Amino acid sequence: MACETCTCIGEITDEQREKVREIIDYYEGKSGVLIQVLHEAQQVVGYLPREIQVMIAEGLDIPLSEVYSVVTFYALFSLKPKGRNVISVCKGTACYVKGVDAIMEKLGEDLGVKGEDTTDDGRFSVEIVRCMGACGLGPVVRVNEDIYARVKSDQIKVILDKYE
Amino acid sequence: MDMLTVTIDGNKVQVPAGSTILDAAHAAGVDIPTLCYLKDTNVVGVCRVCVVEVEGAKSLQAACVAPASDGMVVRTNTPAVREARRTVLELIISNHPYECLTCERSGNCELQALADRFNIREIEYEGEKHKFPVDSSSPSIVRDPNKCILCRRCVSVCQDTQSVCALAPNDRGFDTMVGPAFADDLMEAVCTMCGQCVLACPVGALTESDATEYVWAALADPTKHVVVQTAPAVRASIGEELGMPAGSRVTGQMVAALRRLGFDKVFDTDFTADLTIMEEGYELLERLKAGGVLPLITSCSPGWIKFIEHFFPDLLPHVSTCKSPQQMFGALAKTYYAEKAGIDPKDIYVVSIMPCTAKKFEAKRPEMTSSGYPDIDAVLTTRELGRMIREAGIDFPSLPAEDYDDPLGMSTGAAVIFGASGGVMEAALRTVYEVVTDSELENIDFEDVRGIEGCKEAQVDINGTVVNVAVTNGLKNARQLLERISKGDADYHFVEIMACPGGCIGGGGQPIPTDRETRLKRISAIYEEDRNMPLRKSHLNPQVQELYKEFLGEPLGEKSHELLHTHYVPRSRV
Ligand code: SF4
Ligand code: SF4
Ligand code: SF4
Ligand code: FES
Ligand code: FES
Repeated sequence: MACETCTCIGEITDEQREKVREIIDYYEGKSGVLIQVLHEAQQVVGYLPREIQVMIAEGLDIPLSEVYSVVTFYALFSLKPKGRNVISVCKGTACYVKGVDAIMEKLGEDLGVKGEDTTDDGRFSVEIVRCMGACGLGPVVRVNEDIYARVKSDQIKVILDKYE
Repeated sequence: MDMLTVTIDGNKVQVPAGSTILDAAHAAGVDIPTLCYLKDTNVVGVCRVCVVEVEGAKSLQAACVAPASDGMVVRTNTPAVREARRTVLELIISNHPYECLTCERSGNCELQALADRFNIREIEYEGEKHKFPVDSSSPSIVRDPNKCILCRRCVSVCQDTQSVCALAPNDRGFDTMVGPAFADDLMEAVCTMCGQCVLACPVGALTESDATEYVWAALADPTKHVVVQTAPAVRASIGEELGMPAGSRVTGQMVAALRRLGFDKVFDTDFTADLTIMEEGYELLERLKAGGVLPLITSCSPGWIKFIEHFFPDLLPHVSTCKSPQQMFGALAKTYYAEKAGIDPKDIYVVSIMPCTAKKFEAKRPEMTSSGYPDIDAVLTTRELGRMIREAGIDFPSLPAEDYDDPLGMSTGAAVIFGASGGVMEAALRTVYEVVTDSELENIDFEDVRGIEGCKEAQVDINGTVVNVAVTNGLKNARQLLERISKGDADYHFVEIMACPGGCIGGGGQPIPTDRETRLKRISAIYEEDRNMPLRKSHLNPQVQELYKEFLGEPLGEKSHELLHTHYVPRSRV
């Protein structure tokens, strides 16, 4: 399927590259800045693909193994672009008690992802959030702007089908 | 020095301030088990198999990192300690393949030994097991992350000792995997193939890529004329691999064992080490005379070559164009020797016995075919040769000493010291001095460049010209020296660099364990070997002289350039 409005998965624009280069230049020569640079680069690009990690490794003169090790250690960083639809699953205490694990499991099964991840076709990203302030309605799942309360596993498929 | 008194299992010992509980236990003759700990290299306290009880402490302490203090009372063998250690081991084993029967490290595996020592006969919880792909992309090293126990010893060695940083822990929790970024193969990473990580690994997660199968096949093939060459350092370590004490000198037994394995000719890399000195010595003289790029840097260590190709490609013009002795040998075996022996080079199969995993990579470099054939057909590490000798049922220690074959088996003491850091430099100085001054060098022992220290320097007066030399070993030390050369604040004429700490005697293909102590013992064996050689200067090797007369012409001549010299390729830094 041709995409008209979105950037294709894995495609980085020259403008994004330029911005990342500026970030690197700003921090270059200072120590202990890797996490900050990764964070800002991810804000620009949306995720941290290999090309960007290589740029950062070269620019800051840090081994690629270290950059990748940090990127994969923190849940905050993502190797894949965000999906077209973001599924936020609440793992706050109340939702946890009300059985959000079963929801996560079902999502994983239906989407073929493990934990927080993006589907290979770029349709969905799953992320875990802490308490959405609707504890009485748990387990709570949000897809983009839509909130779903008291979600049961067998409703997942119906919910997902609404999003392209 | 301030001393502390520590009580270990009821016995008082005195240890210097700054010691850990592990050190104190050692002093008390108590062997606390360790897994992630590697002396002076990896002191991270992650595996917790070394826990002990400390009086007054609320929880068990990891002995490898916990500092000892004065008056401390430690118990290392209580029910709680045994229980905790067993739990650690059981947890590791529950996510470990049961492959001891087919594992290269079986019998020399720290995890297996501890499982036995703590009498673990049954694993209660069968955990989820990893199924990572095994990386056998490189000709040098096989990585099996499924056997990895996440101790990080390899990471520390690769980062801190070698400054290569090809390996790091990736991902979190159950998914954690130690390896190159993006789960790349080692061949795609900046790995130098030095194999220091293989020496550091307590288990079978990092091993050499085994070539014994190919060598057995060649030996069994009646159409092949199979010749073998032995690197200088192997004679000081193969005994160890076969149960003898570290530092045993076993040159003659090794030759005898190789004959019994069925090699048609047993030759010596030392012959081409002498030849290297001729070629590299003349290269140095020429650069000095013609104002060439200085310092000239040695090129015998393929881990070092790959390192400079990745990290300092701008400095490649400094590196000698001489092939390593291993590769010179192959090129000559399939030309000079083939001609002399009247054998078609296509039927000659050349095996090298090397202390080194990077030599396997070097042999596969595409440019190493100047004889029209691959210079080298198979490379075995010291460990693999040990395996073949055991498999053949040869009682190594009781073998009679035998001599190498002619003509590629003759060598001098200058060649054997190639096996230790400083040896190439010393051998070169012995020859260059005499060639330039045309007079005999009185004291041929250049003690200043010997030993295990990171950077050694010397000044030699040759006919009024002062030659400044430096010798370094271990790639982190090499990096520091190269940074100085890069900045122009290193005023040397000639520099020797070896990738492995201590030089080839500490190579990644050597017996495990290879630690500081075994390295020092092997180094003394090497210098003793040198002292016992009738000839100790490369240019006096009569077979080398004959080679020039009959075949090569002169050092740096046309034939030498074609067969004995090479070029390098810049590689990516990330
Ligand atoms: S690494 Fe050790 S415990 Fe694991 S299979 Fe090999 S020998 Fe056995
Ligand atoms: S072989 Fe050497 S460079 Fe490669 S990963 Fe091991 S220690 Fe690092
Ligand atoms: S590969 Fe070996 S040394 Fe490296 S972390 Fe795993 S078990 Fe430890
Ligand atoms: S815990 Fe889920 S909304 Fe509060
Ligand atoms: S050996 Fe002490 S924590 Fe691993």
